[in-house]
Amino acid sequence: MSVATAGSKQATAPPAAARGLTERAKAERKLAWILCAPAVGLMLLVAGFPICYAFWLSLRRADLRFPDADKFIGFKNYVTVLTSSTWWQDVANTLIITVCTVTLELVLGMLIAQAMYRAIFARTAVRASVLVPYGAVTVVAAFAWRLAFDPASGFVTQAFGLDPPPLTTRSGSFLVIIMAEVWKTTPFIALLLLGGLALVPEDLYKAAKMDGASGWQRFWKITVPLIKPALMVALLFRTLDAFRIYDTVFIITRGANNTETVSVLGYQQLVNRLNLGLGSAVAILIFFCVILIALAFTRFLGASPARR
Amino acid sequence: MEEDTSRRKLLWTLAVVVVLVYALIPVIWIISLSLKTPETIGDGRFLPSEWTLNNYSDVFSTGFFTAALRNSIGIALIATVISLAFASMAAYAITRLEFPGKTAILAGALAVTMFPPISVVGGLFNLWRQIGLYDTWIGLILPYLSFALPLSIYILSAFFREIPWDLEKAAQMDGATPMQAFRRVILPLAMPGVFTAGILAFIAAWNDFLFANVLTSTDASRTAPVALAFFRGASQFTDPSGAIAAGAVVVTVPILIMVLIFQRRIVSGLTAGAVKG
Repeated sequence: MSVATAGSKQATAPPAAARGLTERAKAERKLAWILCAPAVGLMLLVAGFPICYAFWLSLRRADLRFPDADKFIGFKNYVTVLTSSTWWQDVANTLIITVCTVTLELVLGMLIAQAMYRAIFARTAVRASVLVPYGAVTVVAAFAWRLAFDPASGFVTQAFGLDPPPLTTRSGSFLVIIMAEVWKTTPFIALLLLGGLALVPEDLYKAAKMDGASGWQRFWKITVPLIKPALMVALLFRTLDAFRIYDTVFIITRGANNTETVSVLGYQQLVNRLNLGLGSAVAILIFFCVILIALAFTRFLGASPARR
Repeated sequence: MEEDTSRRKLLWTLAVVVVLVYALIPVIWIISLSLKTPETIGDGRFLPSEWTLNNYSDVFSTGFFTAALRNSIGIALIATVISLAFASMAAYAITRLEFPGKTAILAGALAVTMFPPISVVGGLFNLWRQIGLYDTWIGLILPYLSFALPLSIYILSAFFREIPWDLEKAAQMDGATPMQAFRRVILPLAMPGVFTAGILAFIAAWNDFLFANVLTSTDASRTAPVALAFFRGASQFTDPSGAIAAGAVVVTVPILIMVLIFQRRIVSGLTAGAVKG
Protein backbone atom coordinates (compact mmCIF):
# COMPACT_ATOMS: atom_id res chain seq x y z
CA MET A 1 0.00 0.00 0.00
CA SER A 2 2.64 2.50 1.05
CA VAL A 3 4.53 1.58 -2.07
CA ALA A 4 1.63 2.61 -4.26
CA THR A 5 1.11 5.98 -2.58
CA ALA A 6 4.80 6.77 -2.77
CA GLY A 7 4.66 6.07 -6.47
CA SER A 8 1.68 8.31 -7.15
CA LYS A 9 3.07 11.13 -5.04
CA GLN A 10 6.21 11.09 -7.10
CA ALA A 11 4.15 11.20 -10.24
CA THR A 12 1.89 14.11 -9.27
CA ALA A 13 4.64 16.67 -8.78
CA PRO A 14 7.42 16.02 -11.27
CA PRO A 15 9.93 18.72 -12.08
CA ALA A 16 9.21 20.01 -15.58
CA ALA A 17 12.52 18.83 -17.01
CA ALA A 18 12.08 15.23 -15.82
CA ARG A 19 8.50 15.03 -16.94
CA GLY A 20 9.09 12.83 -20.00
CA LEU A 21 11.08 10.32 -18.03
CA THR A 22 8.55 10.22 -15.23
CA GLU A 23 5.71 9.67 -17.67
CA ARG A 24 7.63 6.79 -19.15
CA ALA A 25 8.49 5.39 -15.74
CA LYS A 26 4.87 5.75 -14.73
CA ALA A 27 3.71 3.82 -17.77
CA GLU A 28 6.33 1.16 -17.08
CA ARG A 29 5.12 0.82 -13.52
CA LYS A 30 1.54 0.57 -14.61
CA LEU A 31 2.35 -2.15 -17.11
CA ALA A 32 4.39 -4.03 -14.50
CA TRP A 33 1.57 -3.94 -12.00
CA ILE A 34 -0.96 -5.06 -14.60
CA LEU A 35 1.31 -7.97 -15.52
CA CYS A 36 1.83 -8.98 -11.91
CA ALA A 37 -1.74 -8.45 -10.76
CA PRO A 38 -3.24 -11.83 -11.79
CA ALA A 39 -0.41 -13.84 -10.22
CA VAL A 40 -0.34 -11.79 -7.02
CA GLY A 41 -4.14 -11.78 -6.78
CA LEU A 42 -4.30 -15.54 -7.23
CA MET A 43 -1.61 -16.18 -4.64
CA LEU A 44 -3.46 -13.98 -2.16
CA LEU A 45 -6.69 -15.79 -2.95
CA VAL A 46 -5.40 -19.34 -2.70
CA ALA A 47 -2.77 -18.95 0.02
CA GLY A 48 -3.19 -15.66 1.89
CA PHE A 49 -6.94 -15.77 2.33
CA PRO A 50 -7.24 -19.40 3.49
CA ILE A 51 -4.62 -18.78 6.18
CA CYS A 52 -6.55 -15.79 7.51
CA TYR A 53 -9.77 -17.78 7.32
CA ALA A 54 -8.13 -20.68 9.18
CA PHE A 55 -7.05 -18.24 11.90
CA TRP A 56 -10.63 -16.97 12.21
CA LEU A 57 -11.93 -20.55 12.38
CA SER A 58 -9.36 -21.41 15.01
CA LEU A 59 -10.93 -18.82 17.33
CA ARG A 60 -14.35 -20.44 17.10
CA ARG A 61 -15.97 -23.56 18.39
CA ALA A 62 -16.45 -24.68 14.79
CA ASP A 63 -17.39 -28.34 15.00
CA LEU A 64 -19.30 -29.58 11.96
CA ARG A 65 -21.01 -32.26 14.06
CA PHE A 66 -22.52 -29.50 16.23
CA PRO A 67 -23.11 -26.64 13.79
CA ASP A 68 -25.45 -24.82 16.17
CA ALA A 69 -22.81 -24.56 18.86
CA ASP A 70 -20.56 -22.47 16.59
CA LYS A 71 -19.44 -19.39 18.50
CA PHE A 72 -16.40 -17.22 19.21
CA ILE A 73 -14.31 -18.73 21.99
CA GLY A 74 -11.05 -16.77 21.73
CA PHE A 75 -7.88 -18.80 22.15
CA LYS A 76 -9.54 -21.76 23.86
CA ASN A 77 -8.77 -24.09 20.94
CA TYR A 78 -5.09 -23.19 21.24
CA VAL A 79 -5.18 -23.91 24.96
CA THR A 80 -6.79 -27.29 24.23
CA VAL A 81 -4.15 -28.15 21.65
CA LEU A 82 -1.16 -26.85 23.58
CA THR A 83 -2.15 -28.61 26.80
CA SER A 84 -2.79 -31.95 25.10
CA SER A 85 -0.09 -34.59 25.21
CA THR A 86 -1.04 -35.66 21.66
CA TRP A 87 0.13 -32.37 20.18
CA TRP A 88 3.49 -32.49 21.93
CA GLN A 89 3.93 -36.16 21.11
CA ASP A 90 3.24 -35.37 17.46
CA VAL A 91 5.63 -32.42 17.50
CA ALA A 92 8.29 -34.74 18.90
CA ASN A 93 7.51 -37.36 16.22
CA THR A 94 7.71 -34.72 13.50
CA LEU A 95 11.01 -33.43 14.84
CA ILE A 96 12.46 -36.95 15.02
CA ILE A 97 11.53 -37.51 11.37
CA THR A 98 12.72 -34.06 10.29
CA VAL A 99 16.11 -34.23 12.01
CA CYS A 100 16.83 -37.81 10.94
CA THR A 101 15.78 -37.39 7.32
CA VAL A 102 17.51 -34.06 6.78
CA THR A 103 20.75 -35.25 8.39
CA LEU A 104 20.79 -38.48 6.40
CA GLU A 105 19.88 -36.68 3.22
CA LEU A 106 22.64 -34.17 3.69
CA VAL A 107 25.29 -36.86 4.11
CA LEU A 108 23.92 -39.06 1.32
CA GLY A 109 23.22 -36.08 -0.92
CA MET A 110 26.81 -34.90 -0.53
CA LEU A 111 28.15 -38.37 -1.35
CA ILE A 112 25.89 -38.67 -4.39
CA ALA A 113 26.79 -35.17 -5.55
CA GLN A 114 30.49 -36.05 -5.26
CA ALA A 115 29.91 -39.33 -7.08
CA MET A 116 28.09 -37.51 -9.87
CA TYR A 117 30.76 -34.82 -10.00
CA ARG A 118 33.65 -37.30 -10.15
CA ALA A 119 31.99 -40.01 -12.17
CA ILE A 120 34.31 -40.45 -15.10
CA PHE A 121 31.93 -42.82 -16.80
CA ALA A 122 28.17 -43.12 -16.76
CA ARG A 123 27.63 -39.59 -15.54
CA THR A 124 24.36 -39.35 -17.46
CA ALA A 125 23.26 -42.74 -16.18
CA VAL A 126 23.89 -41.66 -12.60
CA ARG A 127 22.06 -38.39 -13.03
CA ALA A 128 19.17 -40.15 -14.73
CA SER A 129 18.86 -42.75 -12.01
CA VAL A 130 19.06 -40.11 -9.31
CA LEU A 131 16.11 -38.37 -10.94
CA VAL A 132 14.01 -41.53 -10.67
CA PRO A 133 13.07 -41.02 -6.99
CA TYR A 134 12.37 -37.35 -7.74
CA GLY A 135 9.93 -38.31 -10.49
CA ALA A 136 8.19 -40.97 -8.41
CA VAL A 137 4.95 -39.77 -6.83
CA THR A 138 5.36 -39.56 -3.04
CA VAL A 139 2.38 -41.84 -2.48
CA VAL A 140 3.90 -44.44 -4.81
CA ALA A 141 7.29 -44.19 -3.11
CA ALA A 142 5.62 -44.67 0.27
CA PHE A 143 3.74 -47.72 -1.05
CA ALA A 144 6.93 -49.21 -2.46
CA TRP A 145 8.56 -49.00 0.95
CA ARG A 146 5.50 -50.10 2.88
CA LEU A 147 4.99 -53.15 0.68
CA ALA A 148 8.70 -53.96 0.79
CA PHE A 149 8.51 -54.06 4.58
CA ASP A 150 5.10 -55.72 4.69
CA PRO A 151 5.16 -58.20 7.61
CA ALA A 152 3.85 -61.04 5.42
CA SER A 153 4.78 -60.40 1.80
CA GLY A 154 7.54 -57.78 1.83
CA PHE A 155 10.79 -58.87 0.24
CA VAL A 156 12.90 -57.04 2.84
CA THR A 157 11.15 -58.69 5.77
CA GLN A 158 11.58 -62.08 4.08
CA ALA A 159 15.12 -61.64 2.82
CA PHE A 160 16.47 -60.52 6.18
CA GLY A 161 14.03 -62.54 8.29
CA LEU A 162 13.21 -59.44 10.29
CA ASP A 163 11.46 -60.34 13.51
CA PRO A 164 9.46 -58.56 14.77
CA PRO A 165 8.58 -57.04 11.38
CA PRO A 166 9.60 -53.33 11.41
CA LEU A 167 6.13 -52.02 10.65
CA THR A 168 4.73 -53.60 13.81
CA THR A 169 7.00 -51.60 16.12
CA ARG A 170 7.34 -47.87 16.71
CA SER A 171 11.05 -47.56 15.99
CA GLY A 172 10.72 -49.84 12.97
CA SER A 173 7.88 -47.75 11.59
CA PHE A 174 9.92 -44.58 12.04
CA LEU A 175 12.80 -46.26 10.28
CA VAL A 176 10.67 -47.20 7.25
CA ILE A 177 9.10 -43.72 7.10
CA ILE A 178 12.52 -42.08 7.29
CA MET A 179 14.00 -44.38 4.65
CA ALA A 180 11.09 -43.76 2.27
CA GLU A 181 11.39 -40.01 2.77
CA VAL A 182 15.18 -40.06 2.37
CA TRP A 183 14.89 -42.12 -0.82
CA LYS A 184 12.37 -39.76 -2.33
CA THR A 185 14.03 -36.44 -1.54
CA THR A 186 17.79 -37.00 -1.43
CA PRO A 187 18.01 -36.40 -5.21
CA PHE A 188 16.81 -32.84 -4.69
CA ILE A 189 19.60 -32.14 -2.18
CA ALA A 190 22.16 -33.97 -4.32
CA LEU A 191 21.29 -31.91 -7.39
CA LEU A 192 21.44 -28.62 -5.49
CA LEU A 193 24.81 -29.61 -4.02
CA LEU A 194 26.06 -30.71 -7.44
CA GLY A 195 25.12 -27.25 -8.70
CA GLY A 196 27.19 -25.82 -5.86
CA LEU A 197 30.14 -28.11 -6.57
CA ALA A 198 30.23 -27.02 -10.19
CA LEU A 199 30.91 -23.46 -9.00
CA VAL A 200 34.06 -24.41 -7.05
CA PRO A 201 37.13 -23.58 -9.17
CA GLU A 202 39.18 -26.73 -9.83
CA ASP A 203 42.40 -24.72 -9.41
CA LEU A 204 41.74 -24.30 -5.71
CA TYR A 205 41.84 -28.08 -5.24
CA LYS A 206 45.03 -28.36 -7.28
CA ALA A 207 46.70 -25.60 -5.27
CA ALA A 208 45.64 -27.17 -1.98
CA LYS A 209 46.88 -30.57 -3.16
CA MET A 210 50.27 -29.04 -3.99
CA ASP A 211 50.40 -27.59 -0.52
CA GLY A 212 49.85 -31.08 0.82
CA ALA A 213 46.25 -30.84 2.00
CA SER A 214 44.54 -34.21 2.41
CA GLY A 215 41.27 -35.05 0.70
CA TRP A 216 39.45 -34.62 3.97
CA GLN A 217 41.04 -31.19 4.54
CA ARG A 218 40.23 -30.10 0.99
CA PHE A 219 36.63 -31.10 1.56
CA TRP A 220 36.22 -29.17 4.83
CA LYS A 221 38.38 -26.15 3.98
CA ILE A 222 37.46 -25.61 0.34
CA THR A 223 34.32 -27.47 -0.70
CA VAL A 224 32.16 -26.83 2.36
CA PRO A 225 32.78 -23.07 2.71
CA LEU A 226 32.32 -22.49 -1.01
CA ILE A 227 29.13 -24.45 -1.41
CA LYS A 228 27.69 -23.17 1.87
CA PRO A 229 25.09 -20.93 0.17
CA ALA A 230 23.73 -23.84 -1.90
CA LEU A 231 23.97 -26.08 1.15
CA MET A 232 21.99 -23.74 3.40
CA VAL A 233 19.25 -23.22 0.85
CA ALA A 234 18.93 -26.96 0.27
CA LEU A 235 18.84 -27.47 4.03
CA LEU A 236 16.19 -24.80 4.55
CA PHE A 237 13.89 -26.12 1.82
CA ARG A 238 14.23 -29.70 2.95
CA THR A 239 13.74 -28.92 6.64
CA LEU A 240 10.52 -27.03 5.93
CA ASP A 241 9.40 -29.80 3.63
CA ALA A 242 10.20 -32.56 6.10
CA PHE A 243 8.39 -30.73 8.90
CA ARG A 244 5.15 -30.79 6.91
CA ILE A 245 5.49 -34.52 6.16
CA TYR A 246 2.09 -36.01 5.49
CA ASP A 247 1.87 -38.29 2.42
CA THR A 248 4.54 -40.76 3.50
CA VAL A 249 3.23 -41.15 7.05
CA PHE A 250 -0.37 -41.39 5.86
CA ILE A 251 0.44 -44.24 3.48
CA ILE A 252 2.93 -46.17 5.61
CA THR A 253 1.33 -46.12 9.07
CA ARG A 254 -1.56 -43.64 8.96
CA GLY A 255 -0.23 -42.52 12.35
CA ALA A 256 -0.30 -46.01 13.90
CA ASN A 257 2.45 -47.17 16.30
CA ASN A 258 2.63 -43.62 17.63
CA THR A 259 4.14 -42.19 14.46
CA GLU A 260 1.53 -39.47 13.92
CA THR A 261 3.02 -36.16 12.73
CA VAL A 262 1.55 -32.69 13.18
CA SER A 263 0.23 -32.54 9.62
CA VAL A 264 -1.52 -35.91 10.04
CA LEU A 265 -2.97 -34.66 13.33
CA GLY A 266 -4.32 -31.56 11.57
CA TYR A 267 -5.85 -33.77 8.89
CA GLN A 268 -7.47 -36.08 11.45
CA GLN A 269 -9.03 -33.13 13.29
CA LEU A 270 -10.26 -31.42 10.14
CA VAL A 271 -11.48 -34.33 8.07
CA ASN A 272 -12.14 -37.31 10.34
CA ARG A 273 -13.35 -35.48 13.45
CA LEU A 274 -14.76 -32.55 11.42
CA ASN A 275 -13.60 -30.24 14.19
CA LEU A 276 -12.65 -27.19 12.14
CA GLY A 277 -11.86 -25.05 15.18
CA LEU A 278 -9.32 -27.44 16.72
CA GLY A 279 -8.01 -28.50 13.32
CA SER A 280 -7.45 -24.88 12.32
CA ALA A 281 -5.68 -24.18 15.60
CA VAL A 282 -3.32 -27.08 14.79
CA ALA A 283 -2.91 -25.74 11.24
CA ILE A 284 -2.03 -22.23 12.47
CA LEU A 285 0.42 -23.62 15.02
CA ILE A 286 2.14 -25.60 12.25
CA PHE A 287 2.27 -22.41 10.21
CA PHE A 288 4.04 -20.63 13.07
CA CYS A 289 6.49 -23.50 13.50
CA VAL A 290 7.36 -23.22 9.81
CA ILE A 291 7.87 -19.45 10.13
CA LEU A 292 10.12 -20.02 13.15
CA ILE A 293 12.21 -22.59 11.27
CA ALA A 294 12.52 -20.28 8.25
CA LEU A 295 13.52 -17.34 10.47
CA ALA A 296 16.05 -19.44 12.36
CA PHE A 297 17.64 -20.52 9.10
CA THR A 298 17.74 -17.08 7.49
CA ARG A 299 18.79 -15.15 10.60
CA PHE A 300 21.19 -17.46 12.38
CA LEU A 301 22.48 -19.79 9.71
CA GLY A 302 22.67 -17.27 6.89
CA ALA A 303 20.47 -19.12 4.42
CA SER A 304 19.22 -16.59 1.88
CA PRO A 305 17.08 -18.10 -0.84
CA ALA A 306 15.91 -14.64 -1.95
CA ARG A 307 19.40 -13.20 -2.42
CA ARG A 308 19.96 -12.33 -6.05
CA MET B 1 50.60 -42.56 -7.03
CA GLU B 2 49.43 -44.58 -10.01
CA GLU B 3 47.97 -47.22 -7.74
CA ASP B 4 46.32 -44.58 -5.60
CA THR B 5 44.34 -43.10 -8.51
CA SER B 6 43.24 -46.49 -9.79
CA ARG B 7 42.06 -47.44 -6.31
CA ARG B 8 40.25 -44.15 -6.14
CA LYS B 9 38.64 -44.81 -9.51
CA LEU B 10 37.45 -48.18 -8.25
CA LEU B 11 36.02 -46.55 -5.14
CA TRP B 12 34.02 -44.01 -7.13
CA THR B 13 32.87 -46.69 -9.54
CA LEU B 14 31.62 -48.62 -6.54
CA ALA B 15 29.89 -45.48 -5.30
CA VAL B 16 28.20 -45.07 -8.66
CA VAL B 17 26.95 -48.64 -8.56
CA VAL B 18 25.60 -48.14 -5.03
CA VAL B 19 23.80 -44.99 -6.14
CA LEU B 20 22.23 -46.80 -9.11
CA VAL B 21 21.04 -49.68 -6.93
CA TYR B 22 19.74 -47.34 -4.24
CA ALA B 23 17.78 -45.25 -6.72
CA LEU B 24 16.30 -48.09 -8.73
CA ILE B 25 15.46 -50.89 -6.28
CA PRO B 26 12.16 -49.49 -4.92
CA VAL B 27 10.94 -48.84 -8.47
CA ILE B 28 11.95 -52.29 -9.70
CA TRP B 29 10.25 -53.78 -6.63
CA ILE B 30 6.94 -52.05 -7.31
CA ILE B 31 7.07 -53.07 -10.98
CA SER B 32 7.86 -56.65 -10.00
CA LEU B 33 5.00 -56.64 -7.48
CA SER B 34 2.60 -55.43 -10.17
CA LEU B 35 3.51 -58.45 -12.33
CA LYS B 36 2.98 -61.09 -9.66
CA THR B 37 0.02 -63.45 -9.75
CA PRO B 38 -2.48 -63.41 -6.85
CA GLU B 39 -1.05 -66.76 -5.69
CA THR B 40 2.53 -65.51 -5.53
CA ILE B 41 1.95 -61.91 -4.43
CA GLY B 42 2.54 -62.87 -0.81
CA ASP B 43 5.69 -64.94 -1.38
CA GLY B 44 8.03 -62.12 -0.43
CA ARG B 45 10.37 -62.69 -3.40
CA PHE B 46 11.97 -59.68 -5.02
CA LEU B 47 11.25 -60.90 -8.57
CA PRO B 48 8.03 -62.62 -9.59
CA SER B 49 8.19 -66.39 -10.08
CA GLU B 50 5.06 -66.29 -12.24
CA TRP B 51 4.33 -63.32 -14.47
CA THR B 52 0.93 -61.85 -15.28
CA LEU B 53 -0.53 -58.64 -16.61
CA ASN B 54 -3.85 -59.28 -14.87
CA ASN B 55 -3.21 -56.63 -12.23
CA TYR B 56 -3.13 -54.02 -14.99
CA SER B 57 -6.34 -55.17 -16.63
CA ASP B 58 -7.95 -55.30 -13.15
CA VAL B 59 -6.92 -51.74 -12.42
CA PHE B 60 -8.33 -50.47 -15.70
CA SER B 61 -11.50 -52.55 -15.53
CA THR B 62 -12.96 -50.41 -12.76
CA GLY B 63 -14.07 -46.82 -13.29
CA PHE B 64 -12.50 -46.00 -9.94
CA PHE B 65 -8.95 -45.79 -11.26
CA THR B 66 -9.59 -44.62 -14.84
CA ALA B 67 -11.70 -41.71 -13.59
CA ALA B 68 -8.97 -40.80 -11.13
CA LEU B 69 -6.34 -40.92 -13.86
CA ARG B 70 -8.45 -38.66 -16.07
CA ASN B 71 -8.93 -36.20 -13.19
CA SER B 72 -5.21 -36.20 -12.41
CA ILE B 73 -4.22 -35.47 -15.99
CA GLY B 74 -6.87 -32.78 -16.51
CA ILE B 75 -6.38 -30.99 -13.22
CA ALA B 76 -2.57 -31.02 -13.35
CA LEU B 77 -2.55 -29.84 -16.98
CA ILE B 78 -4.98 -26.97 -16.44
CA ALA B 79 -3.21 -25.85 -13.26
CA THR B 80 0.11 -25.91 -15.16
CA VAL B 81 -1.19 -23.88 -18.10
CA ILE B 82 -2.83 -21.24 -15.89
CA SER B 83 0.22 -20.86 -13.69
CA LEU B 84 2.53 -20.63 -16.72
CA ALA B 85 0.41 -17.89 -18.30
CA PHE B 86 0.25 -15.72 -15.19
CA ALA B 87 3.77 -16.51 -14.00
CA SER B 88 5.25 -15.58 -17.40
CA MET B 89 3.59 -12.19 -17.23
CA ALA B 90 4.81 -11.61 -13.67
CA ALA B 91 8.31 -12.91 -14.40
CA TYR B 92 8.57 -10.67 -17.47
CA ALA B 93 7.64 -7.64 -15.36
CA ILE B 94 10.06 -8.66 -12.62
CA THR B 95 13.04 -9.12 -14.94
CA ARG B 96 12.35 -6.43 -17.52
CA LEU B 97 10.52 -3.55 -15.87
CA GLU B 98 11.42 -1.13 -13.12
CA PHE B 99 8.72 -0.88 -10.49
CA PRO B 100 8.40 -0.65 -6.73
CA GLY B 101 7.19 -3.84 -5.10
CA LYS B 102 9.34 -6.12 -7.26
CA THR B 103 11.26 -7.59 -4.35
CA ALA B 104 8.05 -7.81 -2.32
CA ILE B 105 6.47 -9.97 -5.02
CA LEU B 106 9.48 -12.28 -5.22
CA ALA B 107 9.69 -12.52 -1.43
CA GLY B 108 5.95 -13.13 -1.24
CA ALA B 109 6.17 -15.89 -3.84
CA LEU B 110 9.00 -17.48 -1.89
CA ALA B 111 6.99 -17.24 1.34
CA VAL B 112 4.03 -18.92 -0.34
CA THR B 113 6.20 -21.88 -1.43
CA MET B 114 7.01 -22.40 2.24
CA PHE B 115 3.36 -22.44 3.34
CA PRO B 116 2.47 -25.78 4.88
CA PRO B 117 -0.47 -27.10 2.80
CA ILE B 118 -2.19 -28.37 5.94
CA SER B 119 -2.53 -24.74 7.12
CA VAL B 120 -4.35 -23.78 3.93
CA VAL B 121 -6.47 -26.85 3.32
CA GLY B 122 -8.82 -26.57 6.31
CA GLY B 123 -10.09 -23.12 5.38
CA LEU B 124 -10.50 -24.21 1.76
CA PHE B 125 -12.38 -27.34 2.86
CA ASN B 126 -14.98 -25.30 4.73
CA LEU B 127 -15.20 -22.58 2.10
CA TRP B 128 -15.45 -24.99 -0.85
CA ARG B 129 -18.31 -26.87 0.82
CA GLN B 130 -20.23 -23.61 1.19
CA ILE B 131 -19.69 -22.23 -2.32
CA GLY B 132 -19.97 -25.56 -4.15
CA LEU B 133 -16.32 -26.03 -5.15
CA TYR B 134 -15.86 -29.11 -2.95
CA ASP B 135 -15.14 -32.20 -5.07
CA THR B 136 -14.77 -30.26 -8.33
CA TRP B 137 -11.84 -29.76 -10.73
CA ILE B 138 -11.72 -26.02 -10.05
CA GLY B 139 -11.68 -26.77 -6.33
CA LEU B 140 -8.35 -28.55 -6.82
CA ILE B 141 -6.90 -26.39 -9.59
CA LEU B 142 -7.07 -23.27 -7.40
CA PRO B 143 -5.07 -24.68 -4.47
CA TYR B 144 -2.58 -26.22 -6.93
CA LEU B 145 -1.89 -22.70 -8.18
CA SER B 146 -0.74 -21.84 -4.66
CA PHE B 147 2.43 -23.88 -5.24
CA ALA B 148 2.58 -23.96 -9.07
CA LEU B 149 2.51 -20.14 -9.41
CA PRO B 150 5.36 -19.21 -7.06
CA LEU B 151 7.44 -22.11 -8.38
CA SER B 152 6.91 -20.95 -11.97
CA ILE B 153 7.56 -17.29 -11.11
CA TYR B 154 10.87 -18.26 -9.53
CA ILE B 155 12.07 -20.50 -12.32
CA LEU B 156 10.90 -18.15 -15.08
CA SER B 157 12.52 -15.10 -13.47
CA ALA B 158 15.81 -17.00 -13.26
CA PHE B 159 15.54 -18.03 -16.93
CA PHE B 160 14.30 -14.69 -18.26
CA ARG B 161 17.22 -12.96 -16.61
CA GLU B 162 19.58 -14.90 -18.88
CA ILE B 163 17.84 -13.89 -22.11
CA PRO B 164 19.80 -11.31 -24.14
CA TRP B 165 16.89 -8.90 -24.49
CA ASP B 166 18.91 -6.50 -26.65
CA LEU B 167 18.37 -8.92 -29.51
CA GLU B 168 14.79 -7.71 -29.61
CA LYS B 169 15.92 -4.15 -30.30
CA ALA B 170 18.48 -5.36 -32.80
CA ALA B 171 15.79 -7.25 -34.70
CA GLN B 172 13.58 -4.18 -34.73
CA MET B 173 16.44 -2.09 -36.08
CA ASP B 174 16.81 -4.63 -38.84
CA GLY B 175 13.21 -3.88 -39.78
CA ALA B 176 11.23 -6.44 -37.82
CA THR B 177 7.94 -5.29 -36.32
CA PRO B 178 7.71 -5.53 -32.53
CA MET B 179 5.46 -8.57 -32.94
CA GLN B 180 7.92 -10.26 -35.29
CA ALA B 181 10.79 -9.42 -32.98
CA PHE B 182 8.90 -11.00 -30.11
CA ARG B 183 7.77 -14.08 -32.05
CA ARG B 184 10.96 -14.82 -33.94
CA VAL B 185 13.58 -13.73 -31.43
CA ILE B 186 12.34 -13.57 -27.85
CA LEU B 187 9.83 -16.41 -27.86
CA PRO B 188 12.31 -19.09 -28.99
CA LEU B 189 14.74 -17.90 -26.32
CA ALA B 190 12.08 -17.92 -23.62
CA MET B 191 10.47 -21.24 -24.48
CA PRO B 192 13.02 -23.52 -22.74
CA GLY B 193 12.42 -21.70 -19.46
CA VAL B 194 8.66 -21.83 -19.86
CA PHE B 195 8.87 -25.51 -20.72
CA THR B 196 11.05 -26.27 -17.68
CA ALA B 197 8.73 -24.39 -15.34
CA GLY B 198 5.82 -26.25 -16.91
CA ILE B 199 7.33 -29.69 -16.30
CA LEU B 200 8.15 -28.91 -12.69
CA ALA B 201 4.73 -27.37 -12.00
CA PHE B 202 3.04 -30.38 -13.61
CA ILE B 203 5.07 -32.84 -11.54
CA ALA B 204 4.27 -30.91 -8.35
CA ALA B 205 0.53 -30.93 -9.14
CA TRP B 206 0.62 -34.60 -10.17
CA ASN B 207 2.37 -35.45 -6.91
CA ASP B 208 -0.07 -33.72 -4.56
CA PHE B 209 -1.85 -35.89 -2.05
CA LEU B 210 -2.99 -33.68 0.84
CA PHE B 211 -5.19 -31.24 -1.08
CA ALA B 212 -6.70 -34.00 -3.19
CA ASN B 213 -7.30 -36.17 -0.14
CA VAL B 214 -9.17 -33.43 1.72
CA LEU B 215 -10.97 -31.62 -1.09
CA THR B 216 -12.31 -34.54 -3.15
CA SER B 217 -14.65 -37.40 -2.38
CA THR B 218 -15.92 -39.03 -5.58
CA ASP B 219 -14.95 -40.02 -9.11
CA ALA B 220 -15.83 -36.46 -10.13
CA SER B 221 -12.47 -35.11 -9.01
CA ARG B 222 -10.54 -37.74 -7.01
CA THR B 223 -6.97 -37.86 -8.32
CA ALA B 224 -4.81 -40.92 -8.90
CA PRO B 225 -2.65 -40.74 -5.73
CA VAL B 226 -5.81 -40.61 -3.60
CA ALA B 227 -7.36 -43.47 -5.57
CA LEU B 228 -4.21 -45.53 -4.88
CA ALA B 229 -4.35 -44.75 -1.17
CA PHE B 230 -7.93 -46.02 -0.93
CA PHE B 231 -7.64 -49.03 -3.21
CA ARG B 232 -9.52 -52.08 -2.04
CA GLY B 233 -9.28 -55.57 -3.43
CA ALA B 234 -12.04 -56.99 -5.62
CA SER B 235 -13.44 -58.66 -2.52
CA GLN B 236 -12.62 -58.46 1.15
CA PHE B 237 -10.43 -61.50 0.78
CA THR B 238 -8.30 -60.20 -2.09
CA ASP B 239 -4.96 -58.63 -1.29
CA PRO B 240 -5.02 -55.24 -3.08
CA SER B 241 -1.20 -55.06 -3.24
CA GLY B 242 -1.03 -56.23 -6.84
CA ALA B 243 -3.63 -53.73 -7.99
CA ILE B 244 -2.01 -50.94 -5.96
CA ALA B 245 1.36 -51.78 -7.47
CA ALA B 246 -0.07 -51.80 -11.01
CA GLY B 247 -1.81 -48.46 -10.41
CA ALA B 248 1.41 -47.08 -8.91
CA VAL B 249 3.36 -48.09 -12.01
CA VAL B 250 0.77 -46.48 -14.29
CA VAL B 251 0.94 -43.24 -12.28
CA THR B 252 4.73 -43.18 -12.11
CA VAL B 253 6.12 -44.47 -15.39
CA PRO B 254 4.88 -41.63 -17.67
CA ILE B 255 6.39 -39.09 -15.28
CA LEU B 256 9.65 -41.03 -15.10
CA ILE B 257 9.88 -41.15 -18.89
CA MET B 258 9.26 -37.41 -19.04
CA VAL B 259 11.84 -36.76 -16.32
CA LEU B 260 14.44 -38.87 -18.10
CA ILE B 261 13.83 -37.24 -21.49
CA PHE B 262 14.03 -33.73 -20.08
CA GLN B 263 16.58 -34.39 -17.34
CA ARG B 264 18.86 -31.52 -18.29
CA ARG B 265 16.03 -29.04 -18.10
CA ILE B 266 14.69 -30.45 -14.86
CA VAL B 267 18.09 -30.21 -13.20
CA SER B 268 18.55 -26.63 -14.37
CA GLY B 269 15.02 -25.77 -13.23
CA LEU B 270 15.49 -27.32 -9.79
CA THR B 271 18.73 -25.48 -9.24
CA ALA B 272 17.68 -22.22 -10.91
CA GLY B 273 16.13 -20.72 -7.83
CA ALA B 274 18.61 -21.96 -5.30
CA VAL B 275 22.14 -22.11 -6.59
CA LYS B 276 22.42 -19.08 -8.79
CA GLY B 277 21.42 -17.31 -5.60
